[in-house]
This record gives sequence, structure tokens and C-alpha cells, in this order.
Amino acid sequence: MDERTLLDVLVAASALTMVSAMPFLYSALGEVFSQLSGVFNLGVEGIMLVGAFSSIYVASDMGLDAGLLAGVLAGMVTGALLGLVMAFVSVTMQADQGISGIGITLLGRGLSTTLFILLADGVLLVESFQPIRIPLLSDLPVVGDILFNQNIMVYGALLLVPVTAWLLRRTTWGLQIRAVGQNPAAADAMGVNVEQVRYSAVVLGGTMAGLAGASMPLALTNVFQVNMTAGLGFIAVAMVYFGGWSPWRVMFGSLLFSAAYNLQIWVQVLDVKLFGETIPVNILLMMPYVLAIIVLVFARDMQRFRPQAMNRPFRRGD
Amino acid sequence: MIQIRQKFVQRSDPLIVLAPILAILLALVIGGILLLLLGRDPILAYRAMWEGAIGNPFENPTSLANTFTRAIPLMLVATGICVAFRGGVINIGSEGQLFVGALAVVALSASVGDSLPALVYVPLSLVVGFAGGAFWGFIPGFLRARFSVNEILCTIMMNQIAIQLLNIMLSGPLRDPSANVTQSARLPEAVWLGRMLPPTRLHTGIFAALIATVVTWLLLWRTPIGYRIRAVGQNREASRYAGISVPVYIILALTLSGGLAGLGGAAELTGVSRRMVSGFAAGFGFSGIVVAIFGRLHPLGAIPSALLFSAMVTGAERMQRTVQVHYETIIAIQGIVVLFAVSSSMWVQRRAARRLAIDVGMSPSDDEPESGAGDIRPAEA
Repeated sequence: MDERTLLDVLVAASALTMVSAMPFLYSALGEVFSQLSGVFNLGVEGIMLVGAFSSIYVASDMGLDAGLLAGVLAGMVTGALLGLVMAFVSVTMQADQGISGIGITLLGRGLSTTLFILLADGVLLVESFQPIRIPLLSDLPVVGDILFNQNIMVYGALLLVPVTAWLLRRTTWGLQIRAVGQNPAAADAMGVNVEQVRYSAVVLGGTMAGLAGASMPLALTNVFQVNMTAGLGFIAVAMVYFGGWSPWRVMFGSLLFSAAYNLQIWVQVLDVKLFGETIPVNILLMMPYVLAIIVLVFARDMQRFRPQAMNRPFRRGD
Repeated sequence: MIQIRQKFVQRSDPLIVLAPILAILLALVIGGILLLLLGRDPILAYRAMWEGAIGNPFENPTSLANTFTRAIPLMLVATGICVAFRGGVINIGSEGQLFVGALAVVALSASVGDSLPALVYVPLSLVVGFAGGAFWGFIPGFLRARFSVNEILCTIMMNQIAIQLLNIMLSGPLRDPSANVTQSARLPEAVWLGRMLPPTRLHTGIFAALIATVVTWLLLWRTPIGYRIRAVGQNREASRYAGISVPVYIILALTLSGGLAGLGGAAELTGVSRRMVSGFAAGFGFSGIVVAIFGRLHPLGAIPSALLFSAMVTGAERMQRTVQVHYETIIAIQGIVVLFAVSSSMWVQRRAARRLAIDVGMSPSDDEPESGAGDIRPAEA
């Protein structure tokens, strides 16, 4: 392989890594809101599945044929609804959050599969978002193709990183989220409505998980498959720990995990061999999860950023 | 005194018993509404479910036998989850622990062949299955105790790793060379658990499951080890001051939990499929969580709970054939049951606290109920 083509292939693989980082970004940034407010939402996986199904069903001409933007909206709305369920169970009913999340995940998985078979006979294809070249910037060598020749949902995901950081650090609402996650009693004494703030954060988190789900069929795979997230939602939750609840570090984590997910492609491109043998596919498929555990071990310093009231329902007088 | 009264008030509250039953009924009603919206007849669907799960056992015991067969791994997995919960850790990794337990048995039979008599082979395979699952539970336990790695996330990742491990083994070392599909060779007959009601697949593993459940209950509530596991689960700080080594008991809880799931995998393998296939026992791990919660996180509660959920899942297969509603609908219904169960348990406890408060003339917030049999919230990290 000569220099020129190797570079092209590397650029193409990097661009692909950018696209597949998108669902991680949406869901993990949403989870940052939720966890900072004190709610550990493990239901992201299920919310993503429902978001993915509803978005492609609304958008595809094999479904409602209402266009891609309507599809994205449908994903967000269903995500928000499931986020509302999670908020009700964990904030109002004060149930255990880890288990509630498993409940949401089971619900989302069962619901998306049932609807997929009943409404769409098990086949849904869509003409997905096309890349938009950004003038001038996309002409830059290397970075042009990686960063500035992507579809609109990738741009949206990247844009959300500074927006999230700004919301959390510079707005009253963002500060309230962090306050109710750190010390709900103090926030309550200062006149912050703890329940309301937590509801808003969890519903926003659900909306973004729905968006993450929508981004998979509409901007990545063009199809819906049963259980297509395959644990990606759980990795997104782990990434929030890894990122120490900071949007910028979460973005770094998303890119890292996206690269791990596309390890197969990278190994092919870079022609990596293990003891002179090609590495079995299953070992490569295992790697993102091994990486997640390793990262959780080494990210334990991040625990100091952990919202102190996470997993703790609040009620006055405790 | 207040403690005793409190237990009494809690126990005498009919809602304690009614809440889970209401949760199931509500979930089924919601499921029925969903079916109705999708243009399917819910009565027909649920009748098919009943036929598939129970039917008429006096004329044809097949349906009921299927339900009991499926309850075996569920019971074991759920009992394991109870142990972890009582120790204050949440184990979502039963699925992976079950796979690794079964894989260990396949590896055992691949290396030993059929050179052992059944009397040794069968117990040995169950021990090996337990050990395999225990190993898979030990890893997150160790990481939790030593590096405070969130065990929920860690066990989820371990599930995915186990699935890939299974695929690697089935496409490589343990693959049946004579078969076209990815599966292991048939296990030697000496390792099979006997079938009690041919032609159904109900096997003697049910006794292993019942014994394991009762032993776990005795272990947790009648031995010092169990006492310490539960103490750590209730309050880590207090346990530490009482001289209990908290990390050891966290590791122990997750290891035992994994072992029981592994035992479930071994029983399912040697009793039902008798060879490893891809997609082996898929879904048992997550259903086990539902079973454990529904059984109020008590090993003995896991027995009726496992039978109930096994009936639902077994019935769902018939439902799929009869009214073409996908089998996974039952997973959605399980999710709803979980949400109802966790919500109602808190609510019932608060209600008991309120009733108690009125009883002894205190404000409700002064005296929250201690975590008791009805509590399904583990201690904080």
C-alpha cells in the first residue's frame, strides 16, 4: 500500500469513528444532566431502542414516510416520555434507580421489538441523512474530511458538547441541577424545587437518549434491527463515570469508545497481527467492554466529581 | 419497642402481599391495552399464554412441565441476585455468570470425556458450573472492593464479554467438528441430569435448585457468614466499626451470587440442551433480576416468583405461535412489573411508617422504617 492510499484509508476510518461516536455523545451528554441532578438513569439502553424504532418508523417510506426531521423529533418525543417515566419512578416514587433503569431497559427492548414486528413486519429501511460539506473548511487536508464532511446529526452532537458545558456552568438552571445532585437539602433550603429540577434533568436526559437512538438508524446504519444498540447505552452510562461528569471529557471518551467499536476496521486498515495471525473477530468485539472495565478502574480518581446525592431520593426532613 | 410495632404494622398491612400481585395484574392490563391498540385480541393472546404455561395438567402435563423446567435456572439466578442484594451490591451480570458456568461444564466434559461414572460426574459438573459462575462474579466483586468500580456497570460489561467468550469457544476449541452450525459436541450421557417426566424435559435439576435456595436462605439468616453479608449490606460503616472486613464480604456476596447463576447454567446445560449452542439460555439473566425483585429479594420468595415468571415466559412462546405477537412483548411486560414493584415497595413502606407514626403519635419523618424484608434498596456506596 503506498503512502497516499494509506492516508486516504486512515482518513476514512477516522471519519467513520466520528460518525459512530455520535450516539455515544448524545446519550452520554444526556446522562450527564441526569446524573448531575442525582438520578442514575440506567434505562438509556431501552430509551435508545425505542427512540431508534420510533424515529425510523416515522421517517421511513416503509412506515409513516414523514421525513427525516419528523423522525428525529419522534425519537426525541418518545425519549422524553420514557425519561418522564424514569423521573416519576425514581423521583416521585423514590424507587431504587439502578433497578428502575433495568425496568426501563426491559420495557424499551420489549416495546421496540414488539412494535417493530407488528407495525413493520420486521423490515425498516430509510434513506439516511447525507453528509453536508462545509465550504472552505472541508477543503482542509485530512481534518476537512474527518470533521467537516459529516451529516447534520454529527455536527449536532459535536455542537452539544460546548452547549452542555455552558448550560451546566453558566446558567441558573445548570447550577440548580448540580446543586440538587450535590446537596439537595441545601438546595431545598435555598428555595430550589428539588423534584422539579430533577424531573427536568431526567426528561432532558431521556430526550437526548431518544435522539441518540434516532441517530443510529437515521444517520448511521439506515436500518432498524432488533436490539440494535447491543449494550451501547450501558457503555454511555459508564462513559459518564469515565468522563468525571464533564462534557469535554465525555466527548473524549466517546471518541475512544467509538474507535474501540470500530476496532475491526482499524485492525484491517493498520494490518495489525497477533503472533502473525489475524485476530479473531470475537476478540475485537469483546474489546470495547474490556476497555470499559479497565477505564472504570483507572477513572476511580474521577469519583471525587461524583454527585454526592446520586442514587439518593430526596425528601424534606431527612 | 417501636421496632417491633413497626414490623407488626408492616406485616399486618394487606398491601404488602397485594402490591406485587397488583403489579403483575396492572402490567398484564397495560400489555393487553397495547395488544388491543395493535389490533390483536388480548383475551385470545392471554388464553394462549395460559394454555402454553399451564393448560390442563391432568390431561397433558407438558405445559406445566415446561414451566417447571424453565423455572430451574430462573430460581438459581434469582437466588444469587438475592445474595448480592443482601450484601449491598447489585449484580446485573447473572447472564454472563450463567454462560461461564455452563462453558466450564462443557470444558470439563471435553477434557474428561465419558471416563467418569454418573454418580461422580453429575455432582462434579454442578460444582464446576458453580465455580465458573463464581469466578465471573468474583472479578466485579474484587474490582468493587479494591478499586471501587461501580459493580452495576462492571457486571453489565462482563455479560458482553461472556457472550463473546462463548462465541470464541463455540467457533474454536469447543466446536463440534461434525456440525455445520456453531455448537459444541453433545455432552457424554454420564453427565446428564435425569429427566423425570419424559417426553417433557423436566429434569432432576429442580431438586438442586430447591436445595440451593433453601441452603442460601439458611446461609444468609442462620450463619455468622450470612449475618456479616447482610450487615455489610445494611450499613457498611457500622459493619466496619464492628470489625467486619467489608471488602471480603462484598467480594463473597458477588462470588456466591455468580456461583448460583453458574449452577443455573450447569443445570440448564446438563438437563435441557445437553450441548452448548449459540443463544444458549439467553435472557435468563435479566429475567432472573425480575424474579428476584418480585420475590422480595428473599431466596424462598424466589421459588414461587420463578414459577410465576417462568409461566409467563413459557406462555409467551405459545402466544407468539397463536396470535403472532412477538415473544419479546413479555419482556416489555416484565419491565413494567419491575417498575411497579420497585415503586410500590417504597410506597408501601412509607405508608407503614405513616400508619405507625399515627399509632405512636409521631410525625412520619421522625421514624423511617429500617430496611426489612420488604426493602429492596441496597445500602449506599
